[in-house]
Amino acid sequence: MKKRVLAGLFATLMAASMVACGGSDSGADGGAAPADGGEATEADGGDAAASGEKITVGFAQVGHESDWRTASTKSVQDAFSEANGYDLQFVDCDNDSKAQIDAVRQFVQNDVDYIVIDPIVSTGWDTVLTECEDAGIPVIVIDRTIEDSTKYVSWVGSEFMNEGLASGAWLKAYAEAKGIDDLNILVIEGSNGSSAQIGRTDGFKKYADEEGWTILDSQDGNFTQEGGQQVMESYCKSYAGKFNVVVCQNDNEAFGAMDAMKAAGVSYGIDGDVILISFDACKAGLEYVQSGDINADFMCYPLQGSYCADIIKALESGETVAKETFMTEPWYVAEDILPSITYTNNAGEEVTEDLIVVTDAASQASY
Amino acid sequence: MMENFKKLAKKPLFLPIFCMILVLLINVIKSPDFFVIKINNGVLFGRIIDILNRGSEIAILAVGQTLVVAVSAGTDISVGSVMSLSACGCCMLLAGYGNNSVSELAVPMIVGMLFGVFMGGLSGAMNGALVAKLKIQPMVATLILFTAGRAIGLLLCNNQITYIRYEPYKYLGNFLPGCPIPTPVFVAIIVIAVVSILLKKTALGLYIQSVGINSRAARISGINSEVICFICYVICGICAGIAGIVASSRIYSADSNNIGLTFELDAILAVALGGNSLGGGKFNLSGSIIGAYTIQAITTTLLAMGVSTDKAPVFKAIIVIIIVVVQAPAFKAYMAARRAQRASVKEAA
Repeated sequence: MKKRVLAGLFATLMAASMVACGGSDSGADGGAAPADGGEATEADGGDAAASGEKITVGFAQVGHESDWRTASTKSVQDAFSEANGYDLQFVDCDNDSKAQIDAVRQFVQNDVDYIVIDPIVSTGWDTVLTECEDAGIPVIVIDRTIEDSTKYVSWVGSEFMNEGLASGAWLKAYAEAKGIDDLNILVIEGSNGSSAQIGRTDGFKKYADEEGWTILDSQDGNFTQEGGQQVMESYCKSYAGKFNVVVCQNDNEAFGAMDAMKAAGVSYGIDGDVILISFDACKAGLEYVQSGDINADFMCYPLQGSYCADIIKALESGETVAKETFMTEPWYVAEDILPSITYTNNAGEEVTEDLIVVTDAASQASY
Repeated sequence: MMENFKKLAKKPLFLPIFCMILVLLINVIKSPDFFVIKINNGVLFGRIIDILNRGSEIAILAVGQTLVVAVSAGTDISVGSVMSLSACGCCMLLAGYGNNSVSELAVPMIVGMLFGVFMGGLSGAMNGALVAKLKIQPMVATLILFTAGRAIGLLLCNNQITYIRYEPYKYLGNFLPGCPIPTPVFVAIIVIAVVSILLKKTALGLYIQSVGINSRAARISGINSEVICFICYVICGICAGIAGIVASSRIYSADSNNIGLTFELDAILAVALGGNSLGGGKFNLSGSIIGAYTIQAITTTLLAMGVSTDKAPVFKAIIVIIIVVVQAPAFKAYMAARRAQRASVKEAA
């Protein structure tokens, strides 16, 4: 008898606690922050309801893995600041694609006006984007792409293929101007399979194949300084004295490659034996271009914020927007011998773009 | 001759060394100039030097990891994150909080470096307290810093890569002026020597083994198991701290997202390749160190052979599988059984 009473008591207790749990769950909805390790800042559903006239925007960012990413986050935060009449709900998804989808669902529940996503993975979006569409919330995709759904209003980002093509076009023109016939090239690639690595490799390779340049080797430097250092250290032994161009697919790799070449006694840059090409054009990278250590640096523009704001302004006034927006990406060089270069971009258009000789102002203005 | 070889094969270090030679042998066939060492630009230049140089961090980590594995039959999976944390702590102090590139130091260099190592020790102490005092499983206890270490580092560095563009800061990870041997090699030798002396000259090594084999029995026989376990985790943390400073000095910056990334796996693999049981108890420090350099030898070999980047992990996996299988007790028992069978067949004939 005693046991039964006890059992009954426990059962009641459990039921009560379940109800309590359920209650606290629905209560937590107002808090808006998805459980992704407490990275969410500025995300508060309660505020959104309070500030009636302001445009609420939900932004699900990839994470915080590089300076580039930090610059991207900051540009969106600046563009959608309170002062500009926005209320931004920002979620840092810490490279967890499930957390990102949860974050987008949370934005739908909070009934934001617009959603901005930098998708961690390119697939698995159709269901959640349909939910956004049903709720009547326009979605803007930035930087990375979504492949399995077209239910977003616009995409803003870089055309990595064009960055690769531009580097090829520049090298061609530069080699002609300098009278270098024989180009033997070593490539330090970025993280294998990333869209930046694929685009920059393919674009550059297209020129190399057309012009008959020799690509001696192409290995993964993982977008890090340590990776660039280690790969270049190995290159200096395998191809000692045989190479005159090094292409690094981001600035950090270029810093590492410079360390390794310096240690092996190989000279590079405008006065050296090796032409050094890099991508990203972050502040530190441009300082090296200015000092003549890196010959050319092709910017990967991280500041999507103002482009997003323009799209939202257009949508607010009832205009239609382009499905794809490629940002203008400046190209920086160390020497003032070529004013501009012309190349055929990935869309098949003939494009002429100016080459910018780096000054103090340019490097300080970069991210 | 055969007898001698058999005796040699029974030595505990035989297999780890054999595996190392196996990896290097691939290079003898592929490209003999792998072993060429020359003086270039005033410093030693060659692939073997690269292995010794780049393998330093893994070797330093392997020293600490071996003790942790031996004492607690578990692994410290936080070492990679602790490397990053100590590097960030060091660079933050040297640059001053919030600065992301400095050419003048805010505090003397040694203070920053010691602070980094201290952060490592502190992390180790936290892990040790959780494992030894609260009896939390090592992997779960160290999972906390595995996730949090990098994040704390990022906070210390104000969410950016902090550069120390101060020439002497590069010495530790590169070359001392006028010295042809890379500095990390010396650091690894010093760490290995200090820990070996500690194990040999005191009873610590014996205590660690007895706690690892049976901590209750060890306690009953008068060893303070908890303190021994705690000490091992602190040593492991300090090793991770030192490795972090070396890695940071190589790139004269604190790249909190990438320093020590997946190094915990390399450290654990080094312990396993060294012929140590991950079940704790008896351990062999030299085996782990050889294991560490074997891992680096594989990496350097793949780089040298220009194995295309998407295929490299496959080759690495195959080599590791072969090494682990050769060392597995089941495989050894099978080989012994076959030998015995063959011998008995011979006798019968």
